[in-house]
Amino acid sequence: MSKSQVKPRKISATSTPQVISRHPASLLSVNDLSLDDVGSILRTASTLESEDALKRMKHLFKRRVSLLFYESSTRTRTSFELAAKQLGADTVLVSALSSSIEKGESLKDTGITLRALGAECIILRHPASGAPYLLSQVTGLPILNAGDGMHEHPSQALLDLRTILTHLHGPKAAPVSETTLKGVTITICGDIFHSRVARSNMLLLPRLGARVLLSGPQPLLPETAASAGPGIEIERDFDKALQQSQVVMMLRIQAERLAGLNLDLDEYKLRYQANTTRMAAQAGDALVLHPGPIIRGLEITSEVADGPQSAIAEQVRNGVAIRMALLVRALTSKSSSNAASKGKRK
Amino acid sequence: MTSILIRGGRVVDPSAGLDADRDLLLKDGRVSAIDAPGKLNAAARQESAEILEAKGLIVAPGLVDIHVHLREPGQGYKETIASGTAAAAAGGFTAVCAMPNTIPVNDSPETTRWMQSPDRKAQIRVFPIAAATRGSMGEALTEYGALKAAGAVGVTDDGKPILGDSIMRQTLAAAARAGLPVIQHAEDTRMTGGCSMNAGLLAFRLGLRGMPVEAESSLVERDIRLLAELKDSRAHLHVAHLSTAKALEAVKRARRNGLHVTCEVAPHHFVLNEEAVSEYNTNAKMNPPLRAEADRKAMLEGIIEGAVDSIATDHAPHAAHEKEQEFERAPNGITGLETALGLTMAVLHGKHKLPLSRVIALLSTQPATVLNLKGRGSLAVGSFADVVLFDAKKEWAFQASASVSKSKNTPFDGWTMLGRVTATISEGRIVYQAAK
Repeated sequence: MSKSQVKPRKISATSTPQVISRHPASLLSVNDLSLDDVGSILRTASTLESEDALKRMKHLFKRRVSLLFYESSTRTRTSFELAAKQLGADTVLVSALSSSIEKGESLKDTGITLRALGAECIILRHPASGAPYLLSQVTGLPILNAGDGMHEHPSQALLDLRTILTHLHGPKAAPVSETTLKGVTITICGDIFHSRVARSNMLLLPRLGARVLLSGPQPLLPETAASAGPGIEIERDFDKALQQSQVVMMLRIQAERLAGLNLDLDEYKLRYQANTTRMAAQAGDALVLHPGPIIRGLEITSEVADGPQSAIAEQVRNGVAIRMALLVRALTSKSSSNAASKGKRK
Repeated sequence: MTSILIRGGRVVDPSAGLDADRDLLLKDGRVSAIDAPGKLNAAARQESAEILEAKGLIVAPGLVDIHVHLREPGQGYKETIASGTAAAAAGGFTAVCAMPNTIPVNDSPETTRWMQSPDRKAQIRVFPIAAATRGSMGEALTEYGALKAAGAVGVTDDGKPILGDSIMRQTLAAAARAGLPVIQHAEDTRMTGGCSMNAGLLAFRLGLRGMPVEAESSLVERDIRLLAELKDSRAHLHVAHLSTAKALEAVKRARRNGLHVTCEVAPHHFVLNEEAVSEYNTNAKMNPPLRAEADRKAMLEGIIEGAVDSIATDHAPHAAHEKEQEFERAPNGITGLETALGLTMAVLHGKHKLPLSRVIALLSTQPATVLNLKGRGSLAVGSFADVVLFDAKKEWAFQASASVSKSKNTPFDGWTMLGRVTATISEGRIVYQAAK
């Protein structure tokens, strides 16, 4: 991000109590990761996945991981939980309904409480964009962003990447570089504006050389999205986008975030639905992804979701492996222990 | 009452076009004499005046902030009139105009008087700005004549716009009859529901809903149209915390057409752009929001070319627990009284070489004129003895933790400021003196 504003010389932050430096093994945005980090996460995921189950338990044996969920979730929550358990960690789930959050406890106090109870890492799902930044700042713990508002869902982008790579390059994890996805066009279609999955993917995939096409109607896809990063283009004609794509990622219409947008659903289906006729005509070989939850019959038909092009179930499976790798990274990276104690001092 | 002789300083008084070494004698709360160095020594001895040495310092009319939130009545945990005016004094201000979005809203002569009562222990002069409509609900006008008689210097529903055409038309007409300016918080809230920052690429990236610049400019344009239709030459529209190039263009156009339209810009809008909210810094969240770089530059240029009448802080204290929240939930606003001079000096004088007399004009003389504060913003003989002494060359680091304000919600913690206030005198009383 450019630092173009006029800034009177800033004195080093010596006495600024509110700024605890972020834990280096946190994952709040895909931009926190270098390409080397991405490669290392993918490799770790493969190693852990193929490891003997009992041996795997030793990686994070009795380490304490909290899942703090302010929004409902099936896939993300379950796969993070399974990932932690397969690594031997103890998990605690705190969800907004059934905790003191209901009584008005702040995110800060919830985080401090979890830390006091021994949490070494917090996995946060929250409806407000940026909430993991606050939690990271007030706890100093490694935070894994499991989806924040309309902002990002970095672990989803990583599992999508793993799914794409497996299909394009085979099951052996190839090294990750700026050209790994060179010549690959990936269309993301649907409610881009409200989608944290879209944001994480459009920021991550082009860094490996992919071309990302965004497709959707104006209110769900503002023009400015094309400038979010390099390698992103808008193609509102879904058929044209499909013709160029090796991968297509369908997104759900987020009715809960639409807030007064008038959307003609019949018109939407006509132009943007992934159905067998369209897929056969425009992209018969493309890999079809969907982060879920799927609204069958709206953005995608059952035939496509369950059909031979679909890798949707595979995405879910990859979620566990990727999240195991992220947990290992968060809890065993060199810097993690001393930064965590720094956080505790506050 | 005691007398004070300020001697050896360089007096910068834009109201008199004065920038020269002068001594200044204050007596009975007024400026009693101003003369060449040494010429007032005899008079001062006769008065047994207290001597303030101002060698190497700028002596200027006390700063005037026409847009502050002192949070009293009702929210003393954020700020009180006593603490807010102490912060003002530390920042070199001798008069502040307090916005009516208190609890209850200041829409009555009683509250207006209550705010000015000596019981509030204000360090400097507080001029209330009263609500334009009852409860700032945008429906029924308050009683402007009575509010003015109680000391109100303008009307506004600040924090909210006066949205309806009809009520705004009535407000402008009634305020003109009462001889009060109408101060508009220009935001078409129909375009900003659920928004927490400036609209654009960064908002998209951060997953936050953005306020378009048109939300500001379209309301300024609407207000100007209503003002033009009114055909009452006494009607005065003042645009609060202007933040967009588009709205500034509208103000300039209106003035070319002979309308009485003035505007203010807050330091954060010419010092920072929207990048400051990256990583969801709630201390960079305010309304209007920090804008794109082009708008920031337009504010800077508008000030330099003289299109902006006043710098005003929009000092908006909030408690720590209110700002330590999810970005979208955190309240709008930052403190500003103790950083206004230092930032203005650093950016406008230090970096953009705006002469000191212009800096003082923007922070004192012109705001006093905008809200018609008689005897303020000037060191002419007979004016109120409101004076600030500062070292224009001194660089210093602002520490939020050392702030006098009850709240520390500032994005400028640790920033280098230019120009250190050494003393502030309000109506002849020394209300702030820096530790040596």
